[in-house]
Amino acid sequence: MANQARNAAIVGIYEWPKRLDMDVSAIQIKARSIALALEDAGLSWQDVDGVYDANDGEGGGGLGLSAYLGIHPTVIDTTQVGGSSYEFQAAHAMRDIAAGKCRVAVLSYGSKSASQRVPIGTGGPRGAGGTWQENMENPYGTTLIANYAMAARRHMHEYGTTSEQLAEISVATRHHAMRNPQAVQAMKDLQFQNIRDITVQEVMESRMVADPLHLLECCMVSDGGGAIVIASADVARGAKQKPVWLIGGGEAIKYRTNDGDITTSAAAQSAPIAFGEAQVKPAEIDIAMIYDSFTITVAVMLEDLGFCKKGEVGGYISGGGLRYDRKGAVTLNTDGGGLSSNHPGMRGMFLLLESVRQLRGQSTSQVPGAKLAVAHGNGGLLGGTHAGGTIILAAD
Amino acid sequence: MPNRLMPAFPEPDTQPFWEGAKRSELRYQRCDTCQSIVFTPRAHCTACGSAKLSWHTSKGLGTIYTYSVVRQNRNPAFADLGAYAVAYVDVDEGFRMLTNIVGAADPTKDIKVGQRVQVEFEAQTSGAFPVPVFRPV
Ligand SMILES: [Zn+2]
Repeated sequence: MANQARNAAIVGIYEWPKRLDMDVSAIQIKARSIALALEDAGLSWQDVDGVYDANDGEGGGGLGLSAYLGIHPTVIDTTQVGGSSYEFQAAHAMRDIAAGKCRVAVLSYGSKSASQRVPIGTGGPRGAGGTWQENMENPYGTTLIANYAMAARRHMHEYGTTSEQLAEISVATRHHAMRNPQAVQAMKDLQFQNIRDITVQEVMESRMVADPLHLLECCMVSDGGGAIVIASADVARGAKQKPVWLIGGGEAIKYRTNDGDITTSAAAQSAPIAFGEAQVKPAEIDIAMIYDSFTITVAVMLEDLGFCKKGEVGGYISGGGLRYDRKGAVTLNTDGGGLSSNHPGMRGMFLLLESVRQLRGQSTSQVPGAKLAVAHGNGGLLGGTHAGGTIILAAD
Repeated sequence: MPNRLMPAFPEPDTQPFWEGAKRSELRYQRCDTCQSIVFTPRAHCTACGSAKLSWHTSKGLGTIYTYSVVRQNRNPAFADLGAYAVAYVDVDEGFRMLTNIVGAADPTKDIKVGQRVQVEFEAQTSGAFPVPVFRPV
């Protein structure tokens, strides 16, 4: 730990509480979340000199959002890599702050996917056709879910992974969601059936959406958003909250190739970079916040992040050890995840928010004395073109 | 006849592939400089960047690398297919293609990873381009 760089820290957070919110626009969610995250940090609007934006929520990227906010940053970053945008942006903020380019950076997210009834997983193809990629994909009716399902099928074929094993991910995250009042309210607002702990058998008996993925293995579609304030070490030392240090960041992409292996994700490349920079090992991690778009996403990434070997995730998770109060596997997605708390489309923001709550000791499923967290965002399509961003966070 | 979404042109990378489909040819590219197979089609070699690519016609035989049976797609173009199988097929000439598997009595039971398949060209009511799909042999 001695040589670990602690140049940048998350000092302010805010998560939009409502998952179905007819009264706001997406960019209002972003701006209000930034204001409340700055308040959390004890910083002011005019302290912001870095704006990182995923071009979401009619914001117009770093340019348009800055104009809407009414600030003049010296770092403007519009990194859009789907759901992993926020891990990429956090890595970029670490780099920019360490280089002295800015001192107070804001990342924000706002989405109205539920109230606008956006069919994220089952709406494909969405493009009108006419690009090199759409022309080879649109005629085949590959939904977003189907890409993940094909990765799951291949994982099962190569390693003997079962649906019962994958269901443990749904079971653990639902258990965490039931302890999180905002997640429980989300499931009510979004008209979930059976808002309670679920069993492996119930996951198996839920209807098939795209073989081998069942309904209860798929994330919800919600409204939501939030914001994060990342500050330099000198600013962080004077902030209202204890800093949560960003000690490692890695980014990578992966896409389908003619002889490629779709049971391995971009995380296999981004994680060693992040863990190497942080000088920690997966075995030392207390909390894993992994993008749970579907169960298979988490399964593949537990392997790629190094919590178990490739192909062995089925055995690793089958004892139910992903729960915050059990041993045997790393604690997963203590907010309830995309499966049972919120998924407005790009969940990377919430991976960082819950990591911070854990390392501050404020989670509703708190791991006692949590010191280290990993947040891994996945953007795009597992099994197809996707981005992976890994961030290692440390308590003060 | 099925009513799938059609490719749209002008789009110079994939147009020769789809013109081939009209003649029941499954076409792919090889780099004249480094001999790498290039798929999906484009104007440069993904291994070496060369613009010298030539078109070839596959025999249309391959192996299912993975698949999923889609039960729910909110796009109306796929409504009349019922539950349908999307797949990656490793075509024998060395390229992996996103496609559909047709001709299985029950796609949830009769399709397997590793199964041998043969291309066929499925005419569409939605347009002039027959869509290359694969059937178990
Ligand atoms: Zn070449």
